Parts: sequence; C-alpha cells; structure tokens
Amino acid sequence: MRILVCVKRVPAPGARINLTADAQAIDTAHLGFTTSPHEECAVEAAVQLVEGHGGEATVLTLGPVEAEEQLRYAVSVGMTAAVLLPIDGADWDPQRTAAAITEVVRRLEAADGPFDLILFGNESADAGNFQVGIRVAHALGRPMVNGAKGIAISEGAVHVRREADAGQETYELPLPAAVGVKEGINLPRYPTMKGRLASKRVEVERMEPDAETGGLRMVRLQRPAERASTTVILGRGPDAAPAVVDLLDELGVLA
Amino acid sequence: MTILVVVEHDRGVLADASREALTAGRHLATTTATPLDALTIGAAADAMVAELGRFGVSTVHQAHHDVLADYGPEAWGAVVAAAVEQLSASVVVAAGTDRGNEVMAWAAARLDVPFAANCTVTTPGEEDEKMAVTRVRWGGSLLEEATLTGAVRLLTMAHHAVDAAPAEEPGRATAVSMTVELDDSVSHSIVRGRVERVAGVTLATAPVVVGGGRGVGSADGFAPLEELAGLLGGVVGCSRAVTNNGWRNHTDQVGQTGTRIAPTVYLACGISGAIQHWVGAMAAKNIVAINIDPEANMVSKAGYAVIGDLHAVVPAIATEIRRRRGT
Ligand SMILES: Cc1cc2nc3c(=O)[nH]c(=O)nc-3n(C[C@H](O)[C@H](O)[C@H](O)COP(=O)(O)OP(=O)(O)OC[C@H]3O[C@@H](n4cnc5c(N)ncnc54)[C@H](O)[C@@H]3O)c2cc1C
Ligand SMILES: Nc1ncnc2c1ncn2[C@@H]1O[C@H](COP(=O)(O)O)[C@@H](O)[C@H]1O
Repeated sequence: MRILVCVKRVPAPGARINLTADAQAIDTAHLGFTTSPHEECAVEAAVQLVEGHGGEATVLTLGPVEAEEQLRYAVSVGMTAAVLLPIDGADWDPQRTAAAITEVVRRLEAADGPFDLILFGNESADAGNFQVGIRVAHALGRPMVNGAKGIAISEGAVHVRREADAGQETYELPLPAAVGVKEGINLPRYPTMKGRLASKRVEVERMEPDAETGGLRMVRLQRPAERASTTVILGRGPDAAPAVVDLLDELGVLA
Repeated sequence: MTILVVVEHDRGVLADASREALTAGRHLATTTATPLDALTIGAAADAMVAELGRFGVSTVHQAHHDVLADYGPEAWGAVVAAAVEQLSASVVVAAGTDRGNEVMAWAAARLDVPFAANCTVTTPGEEDEKMAVTRVRWGGSLLEEATLTGAVRLLTMAHHAVDAAPAEEPGRATAVSMTVELDDSVSHSIVRGRVERVAGVTLATAPVVVGGGRGVGSADGFAPLEELAGLLGGVVGCSRAVTNNGWRNHTDQVGQTGTRIAPTVYLACGISGAIQHWVGAMAAKNIVAINIDPEANMVSKAGYAVIGDLHAVVPAIATEIRRRRGT
C-alpha cells in the first residue's frame, strides 16, 4: 500500500492564547509547536496500516521550513518518507493550500505511482477550515469521508466507521480514496530509539508549492470576551467536603 | 438571486442548529432585500415546510433522488452545488455541524468557491461579492475576522452563535420539488450501515461531570471519581493528558478535540485548565475546581474551588454525601 498523510504544524498554547501586537498571529515567542491532534492520529493510522498490509507511508506538510520538525517526528513514529512544501510568512488560505497540495500529489504520483489512501485530519487545530482534505479529494476525483473513528482496508476498499448524533455510521469507499481522521481512532505511539535515528537520517524532499489565492482572507484575530470570574474558595483539603456537598445540594444535583 | 439555507433534519424534524442557520440567513436576506430559500435533502421533507415558512423562507426546494435516501457527503454536496447553480444563489448558509461543514466543503470544492466554516457573525459587504465574517478558530479559543469574496459565498454558522428566532411576520413557504442529476461516483461514500446509540446519560448531556486530569495519576486513580459520579447520577470526563497516557478512553475526553460538555456542575479534579480543555468545559453552568495549585488556570476560571489533594478530597465528598443520605 502507498499512503499519504497531510499534517500541519501548529503552536501549542497552554493556559491562554496571546496575540501579536498586529493581531495577525498567535504570539509564539514562548510556545512549542506540535502537529494537529487529529493528524497525529492519522499518522498512527497510516503506520498501523503499513504494518498490517506492507508498503510505505509518506508525510506531507505545507508550512514554514521549521515544519520539518513535525515531518521528522512523524518519521520517528514510523512514516517512511517526508515532503515539505515550504512557504514564507502567514498561512495560506484553504483553497490555495488545497490546490498546492493537489498539484504536489499529482507530481508525487506521476513519479512513484498512485497513493491508495490519502489521510487528513478532520480539521486543522488552528484554522479549523474543515475543507482542505475534501477539496484535495475532489480535485483528485477520489471519494472521501471525514470524522473517521475506525478504519480498515479489505478487498480494494477502505471501511470507515464514524460517530453521528444517532449512533455509528459505516462507509465503504473503493480505493484509491481519502479519509479525514478524528482523534480517538487510536492512541498515537511514542518514538522508539530506532525511529529517532530514522528521523535524523531521512531526507525531507522539498517541493515548491504554487497556487492562486482563494476567496477567504483573514483580516485579524481576536480573543473572545472572557467570562469574568471570582472564585469562591470552598476550603482546603478533605475538610472542605461539607461545603462542597452544601453547594451540590443548592445547585439541585444531590437529590 | 437568492440566499439559500441548507436544512439539516432527522426524518423531518428540523435540527436546532438549522434553526440558527435559518435565523442568520434571514438577517442576511433582510438586510440585502434578497429572498430566502431553503433546501431539504431526502425523504420526510414535507413535515418541515410550515416551520420553514415561520422562519421566513419563501420557497423550499425539496431534492429527491434514489441516491439520497441515506446520508452521503459527496452526494449531498453535489445536490447543494446543483441547487446553487439552478437558483443562482449568492450566499449559502448551513449549520456548523459535522455534516453541515462536510457537505458545504464538498459543495465549495465542486463549485470552486470559498467557504467559511463556523461563523459567529456575518455582515453583507459594501461591495457586491464581498462579505465580512467572524469565525471560530481553535475550537472557540480564538475568533478570526475575515472577508469572503466570490460570486457565491458558502458559510456555516457556529452552534449557539445566534439565537434561533422565527420571523417577526411569519410567512408561508411554498414547497417545490428539485430534480438533480448525480453521477455514479457520488454514491461511493453513502452510509452503508448504522448502529443506533443506546439510550442513557452521555458525557455531552450529563447533569454532572466529574473530570479527572493528570493529577489523578493513574487509571486506577479514577475509581473514587467513578464512585462520586455514580452518587450524583453523572459521568466521568477527563483531559487529554489522561487519554494520551492511556488511562481512559478518548470518548471521555473533554475539550477542543474531545466532547463539549454543558452540565449543571463540572467537578474538575487535577486538571490545570489549558485553553483547549477549557473550550470544552466552559458551557458548564457551575465549575468546582479541585487542585493542589491555587494558581492553576482552572482554579482562577472556576466559580468554586477546593485547594487540596484530590485523592483525599474526592473520597471525602463521597463519604459526606453518603452520610447525609444515611447510606
Ligand atoms: C491542538 C490541541 C488540542 C488539544 N485538545 C485538548 C482537548 O480536547 N482536551 C484536553 O483536555 N486537552 C487538550 N489539549 C491538551 C492541553 O493543551 C493540555 O496539555 C491538557 O489539557 C493538560 O491536561 P491536564 O490538565 O490533565 O494536565 P496538566 O496540565 O499536567 O495539569 C495537571 C493539574 O493537576 C494538578 N494536580 C496534580 N496533582 C494533584 C493532586 N494530587 N490533587 C489535585 N490536583 C493535582 C496540578 O496542579 C495541575 O494543575 C490540546 C492541545 C492542543 C495543542
Ligand atoms: N498547511 C497544511 N499542510 C498539510 N496539510 C494541511 C494543511 N492545512 C490543512 N491540512 C490538512 O487538511 C485537514 C483539514 O484542514 P482545515 O481545512 O484547515 O480544517 C487538516 O487536518 C490537514 O490534514
């Protein structure tokens, strides 16, 4: 099997998100970076499929050159190849991102053969545009469903399970196909010693992205209004129990 | 020209989130003096026509096709795209649900037009093909002001961003049937099977959630939290640190990439209150933080707090409840 996973580098803010003075970005001066959680699970899913069915799994990102960190991490947990589409400065809009990824997928497939499966996250953690994967799948003429909480390959099809309001739904997409993955589908592994070495050695292939700007343009970021709160300290240690139970009673959840 | 609202329903019962989308669509239609149309996909659509009229819809387009008997993202996206072309819609609004976002992304891809997911505010622009939106990022931790430019603009409304309200002067909607041509490929992603959810209290609907974080320390450490939740008719939730450690299943995770909870009381035990956890918990009506660190973000954001070791505090609360109940 040949699998491609598209991931995005995002900051990992803790208690609070601070913005730059011009409100164009998150102030990342004191922040680490990570891969969007849904995409970490997409990477794990790809590694498991390759373990089960053989083949190779490529990780791809469009982002700043620093995003090599996230590509190498993906290799350290079992991906076999990495592709960087380097961009300067601000994020690309979703139409432009999708067009650039589509064009690079075509180039990769022309060189090495088609990907049986392309995996995305359900949505990116930072932008949450809910569309890049679907746009790529459509442009390549492949079926796709989002929100996968289960994935299995058999007889030329990918079987997808997902949660809906009323219960679980299952889908069966003929390969080649694309799937958007949600966190919870698996528990991503940690890198092994061998994986770490592989991630240092892997050659990250750089491919210049090229695509036109789309119709969604960010003007500025804003922090939502925070709920003002003064905390009532009910007590310290186990002695606070009666005060907690009084409160639960008052709020009507004790009966 | 028209403003089109794509309606989500369960066998003819309009989804709450769609009422909000209808309200947002009507505001846009009123300010731009454009008629408001609705699109329903699949069977049982007649049941909704009267209510759609009350929300200000003038024409309801009912799409029927064999392929549309069950949900399929590509098929539904293709129907929305076809409707946009047949009706010359300028703006299309849907609910920012899993399905709403997925269907609109497919429609946008087909039409090659922009799509803004999870908007909280939409304002018609001064220029014809340009509108201003505010949309949710980071699962609600940040907002983005953006412009949406194109002859057709697609957007979804974030749930709870506007209050659903029928039109001041309720109208009467006319239902017309819409025929769409669908190519075979769209049937590749139709629901094949379904398992109904078993009824019962869920994390999303529970009146009490007892949440545990890294401070709980182990999978076994959750037993007292389970017990307390049981006494209160609630359920146990957790942070991502807990799921990443394999202590609990991801179905228990509260937050941006987990479940949004809205209980009467959330007892957050040993959880620091990272912004990605907070967005999943902030709709709780009351929060009691139990934490050894008085400076923890969860403590300063909560209405109530107990400073102390959860391993001592949680069992003490359970004991006190049993004492008062005489059990
Ligand atoms: C894109 C993205 C999405 C994310 N989505 C989610 C999400 O959906 N849900 C989520 O939860 N997180 C999410 N996270 C992770 C989040 O940033 C935090 O890492 C996580 O919430 C921390 O979990 P925690 O509070 O349990 O652990 P910590 O931050 O380590 O906090 C542990 C707390 O326990 C207290 N404590 C320790 N021992 C005790 C004791 N004995 N008694 C009482 N208190 C004690 C400590 O004082 C501390 O406050 C996401 C992160 C990213 C980057
Ligand atoms: N810059 C990017 N590089 C690689 N993949 C991306 C990028 N942006 C988005 N994606 C993929 O598309 C999915 C949906 O993103 P979005 O439309 O931003 O919510 C993500 O989960 C990723 O898998």
